[in-house]
Amino acid sequence: MTSLENVHINTASRTGDGPGPFFIKDCALVALATGKRARMLQEFRNELIDIDESSIYHHYWGGLMLAHFDEPEFNNDFAAWIRHGIHDVILAERIAALDPSDFSDLESLRQEMIELIDMRIDECESLLWMRATLQFEFIRSQIIVFDTTRLLQHPTNLASAIEHFSTTSIFYHFIDARRRTAHANDDFSDWLAGFGAEFEPLREQIAEIDPYFSSLTELRTQLARIFQTYFRETDS
Amino acid sequence: MSLLDDYAHITGDDVIAHLRQLAAPFSGAKVVHVNSTRVGGGVAEILTKMVPLMQELGIDTSWEVITGESQFFECTKGMHNTLQGNQIHISDTLLKVYEQTNANNAESMREVLTEADFVFIHDPQPAALLQHFPNRKGKWIWRCHIDASHPYRPVWKYLRQFIAPYNASIFSLAAFARELPHPIYLIPPSIDPLSDKNIELKPGAIQHVYERYSLDPERPLILQVSRFDRFKDPVGVIEAYRLAKKYIPSLQLVLAGGEATDDPEGSIVLSEVQEAAQGDPDIHILLLPSDAHLEINALQRVSNIILQKSIREGFGLTVTEAMWKAKPVIGGDVGGIRLQVIDHHTGFLANTPEGAALRIRYLLNQPDKINEMGNKARIFVRDNFLITRHLREYLTLMVALLYGSQDRIELSRSNLQPHQR
Repeated sequence: MTSLENVHINTASRTGDGPGPFFIKDCALVALATGKRARMLQEFRNELIDIDESSIYHHYWGGLMLAHFDEPEFNNDFAAWIRHGIHDVILAERIAALDPSDFSDLESLRQEMIELIDMRIDECESLLWMRATLQFEFIRSQIIVFDTTRLLQHPTNLASAIEHFSTTSIFYHFIDARRRTAHANDDFSDWLAGFGAEFEPLREQIAEIDPYFSSLTELRTQLARIFQTYFRETDS
Repeated sequence: MSLLDDYAHITGDDVIAHLRQLAAPFSGAKVVHVNSTRVGGGVAEILTKMVPLMQELGIDTSWEVITGESQFFECTKGMHNTLQGNQIHISDTLLKVYEQTNANNAESMREVLTEADFVFIHDPQPAALLQHFPNRKGKWIWRCHIDASHPYRPVWKYLRQFIAPYNASIFSLAAFARELPHPIYLIPPSIDPLSDKNIELKPGAIQHVYERYSLDPERPLILQVSRFDRFKDPVGVIEAYRLAKKYIPSLQLVLAGGEATDDPEGSIVLSEVQEAAQGDPDIHILLLPSDAHLEINALQRVSNIILQKSIREGFGLTVTEAMWKAKPVIGGDVGGIRLQVIDHHTGFLANTPEGAALRIRYLLNQPDKINEMGNKARIFVRDNFLITRHLREYLTLMVALLYGSQDRIELSRSNLQPHQR
């Protein structure tokens, strides 16, 4: 297994140092059981207080990479369980409305969920002892990031290259990036920012894409449309 | 044309390119799978394709089969049933045979398993091998294909002592997992789109089942494929059919399953089903041999709707197979069926014969809906439950095991330029 000796790992997050090339990376996710489960809302709340952040990440975003349906009723597993396990539509809707990209980090998202649960329990005390008809299983995931050995020298390359990004590469650069870049940006916007004001209008268009309501294939299509239109217009 | 090329036609080139990239660090690595049979059963089916696929990706992969006498298999069948919740006592004599058989097999596999970089041990039969390899070189992973959510505790306690020292285990769903002192990965099973069960059939091969089983191609047909087991609720399927037939008199039902030669309970259930079906020429109870994969494949393709009205279910690969043929599934609201049948999208979840009958009537009155749901079902399986996804997750797990339990593992080749991000 000699090739493994040529591989090293770096688990630290990296941030861009300037407008060098854009290194296209790809990733894969694998899910792990945490052993934490909940059969009641109160139990769920108590587990949520100190569940690993990677589990919150998994239940909000992991579905895009692992077994999932592209038109889910709810965009996160927590809301789906509260609807179908606890059968509380009001809390399910409130949790479903939380968009993780609105929060600076997963800890703030966690605190907001706990706040919503507490508020709902205050409104409807019987939820405290209501037993769920389905058990909630807290799952976490590990992400493996690897090089594709492909790179882009200049933003104009994005127009033709984006359609050849795999969906998992889109996940890495457009979703996962928000967890590791300094300003919770996607990698494309972060890279374009390195060129100063030149691509500011393009960055604004990218910022219009809502990653929370699209499949990875749809995200790739939206990005392709923006890049191709932008560079066609600036060429002419 | 290579096997990977064949899969690329189905999954797209992206998926295969992704596999090649994930497999690159394992070029020349030795991987061994160990199970208890080379033919028959879901594990052997998966390994039949998984092993050559890994080989084609440059991984030195082999497949070993544990051998034993009849008492060994009597014991492991008991283990299988008890892990699924049956309360059966397994005698000390049989447990001794289990341990001795594993010890004997350890000797015959010593060289290949000692030198392997990764060893995948499938299910309980070979689980006790690991203790005989104190000088093992690689990572050992126990892959549980069984719903072990409610095991008979004395048997699980016994098996746990052999499984705990593994580097990791894999369960199909979080709900099936047991607590163990190592990372527990969650990897759903998969179907092979190129196997006889799932391969595309020529029109003639599909049409012949009408004649062979006296089915009328002009009339609607619903099908459940499952062994005759109370948990699959075949009598409930007949009830649902009868309720729907009041409104759709031309309806036909096929219940296709294997002959339950070694299962006394199966024979009783079959008798109940035959009795419930009596007098209705439109109910067809088919006892098919275990290798009638092409027949089942064709039956699924000629059906309008597939039922899997289980009241308890593991993952439910028959659901996956039906969905792959672009058929909506009316499934019981249990186990892995919930993961596959997305209510109102890829089919319907039903809790009663009445609920199933209502959905049968609805769909047969909305042929466009059958097509729409069927197409969604096929895409859902293509993206999530084919063997290529299963393999991708095995490779991801192998990387994760090499580099520890961090949430994020970033691989980079030292001969490349430093990463920008």
